[in-house]
Amino acid sequence: MSFTSYEFIAFMLLVMILYYVLPKKCQWPLLLVASYIFYAAASPYYLIFIAATTVSTYLVSLPLSSLHKTQKLYLKENKANMSKEEKKAYKASIKKKQWRWLLLCLFFNFGILGVLKYTNFAIANVNGIFNTSFAFQNIILPMGISFYTFQTMGYIIDVYRGQVEAEKNPFKLALFVSFFPQLVQGPISRFSQLAPTLFAEKKYDHKTVSFGLQRILWGYFKKVIIADRLLVAVQEIISQPNEYTGIFVVVGMVFYAAELYADFTGGIDITIGIAEVMGIKMPENFERPYFSKNIAEYWRRWHITMGTWFKDYIFYPISVCQPMLKFSTKCRKVFGDNIGKRIPVYVSTIFVWFVTGVWHGASWNFIMWGTFNGIIIMISQELEPVYAWFHSKFNVDKKLWFNVFRIVRTFFLMCSLRIFDCYRDVLTAFKMFGSIFTDWNLPELFNGSLMNLGLTMGDYVVLIVAITILFIASLLGRHELVREKLARKNIAVRYLAYVAIIVAILVFGAYGPDFDPAAFIYGQF
Amino acid sequence: MEQLLEILNSLHPDVDFETHDSLIDDKVLDSFDIVTLISEINNEFDVAIPAEEIIPENFNSAEALYELIERLED
Repeated sequence: MSFTSYEFIAFMLLVMILYYVLPKKCQWPLLLVASYIFYAAASPYYLIFIAATTVSTYLVSLPLSSLHKTQKLYLKENKANMSKEEKKAYKASIKKKQWRWLLLCLFFNFGILGVLKYTNFAIANVNGIFNTSFAFQNIILPMGISFYTFQTMGYIIDVYRGQVEAEKNPFKLALFVSFFPQLVQGPISRFSQLAPTLFAEKKYDHKTVSFGLQRILWGYFKKVIIADRLLVAVQEIISQPNEYTGIFVVVGMVFYAAELYADFTGGIDITIGIAEVMGIKMPENFERPYFSKNIAEYWRRWHITMGTWFKDYIFYPISVCQPMLKFSTKCRKVFGDNIGKRIPVYVSTIFVWFVTGVWHGASWNFIMWGTFNGIIIMISQELEPVYAWFHSKFNVDKKLWFNVFRIVRTFFLMCSLRIFDCYRDVLTAFKMFGSIFTDWNLPELFNGSLMNLGLTMGDYVVLIVAITILFIASLLGRHELVREKLARKNIAVRYLAYVAIIVAILVFGAYGPDFDPAAFIYGQF
Repeated sequence: MEQLLEILNSLHPDVDFETHDSLIDDKVLDSFDIVTLISEINNEFDVAIPAEEIIPENFNSAEALYELIERLED
């Protein structure tokens, strides 16, 4: 049941109506039932995996929380009679027990994800390296497994750290794991933020509901008018690397950037909008990322919840684990303070980006993509003093033209990295990137070739208008939500806006024989 | 506290750590400094600062950091 199918729209509206019609105590149970129906509609086979994750996490969360309580109680009663060393030893013994529980849960759940997602990748590499011929396995990856596994493992780590108390009601935990709007592509929520609003009883509030509906419409506008239309041209370019080289690679990169943005942010708008209609506040996943002035900033503004997950649960824990702290001390002794202090952070950075690449997909393309992101961030960090010198010397930091240049530069840098995401293998990706500098075929762009990419002149006009609207909305939304601005207009203007966007989606959405209703790109991760 | 100030001063001798109370917000300490600091605190105080405690509130001033060390020791 794709977000863009009529079945889903009917299902979503039914859930929203029931949510406010049924007694309030039925609200969260309704969402649980709806989530499992949504998941089972994709495939009943998927239910086994999401249930396994939910049950295993629930069973481990209880002893973790109970050990926290035991420690607190014991220290409260005995602290006065204990030496510093005794307290430390006691805490360490509790931590050790908790660590074992946590490891069990992490191994089990990341094990499921690893086996399902990476078995065939491992087989392909073993066959390639050792010239063996192990057969590929017929494994279907359950929908959204990367997202719900990360969200649930985030929860269990928070319980282990004592940041949240274990949820005693297994059905509430099941809803947190499976909440249907976020199941396909996130955002990756934290229990401490989502739970209070997910389980609370809500009264119908007209503003919340209308804001939610507007956001859903905005999401569909991006997805079906922009993303699904651009997909056709992007597919045409990347599926024929021998034909489309040079300037067409640049066109493909720019089209893909717009498609990915419209697709992913559109999907997240639909997700957050559905939740908002039901008074549930989900974390934002984007903050106008294409206005970023460098890659590090871009990653703070794109897929924010994933970046936060990696920072909180991988980057910091690795950076401050005991072996890394010893390594840090050693590096500073050997290389001096200035260089030595950077090495451990860079080791963690490269590792995090490697894992980010692996998370995105079981292929060398994604691993290269992730690692290159890490390398560029490191280079930018090292060049920071040079940039600072340049900015102060030429006094350009506050100049509009210079900031526009930085935004455009970051945009094209990110486009270049995404080449790995587009082409079928790493070598082709490198080859196509190289062709930008070797195949000078700019004139071909103006000889009608753009009309052979599967889009008509009408499609281009629709795209230009829609992307311009998107751009203006992004600019307008810098300081205040566009919906807030709209809410202040009189009723005629507001309803005209509603009608305009619905008509636009129905008339200009990419439907018909030349277009396939496309799945969301991030759904495959 | 003096021991902690010594560690901090060795990182940035030009900063007055006794009065500064927005070390993270003003970007005085970056991620390299934080890891170095945690490593030094681990060596000198025998206190392991866990990842979940790496939040601006704990690192914005020498005083906040000292309170964190005391809390973890307790």
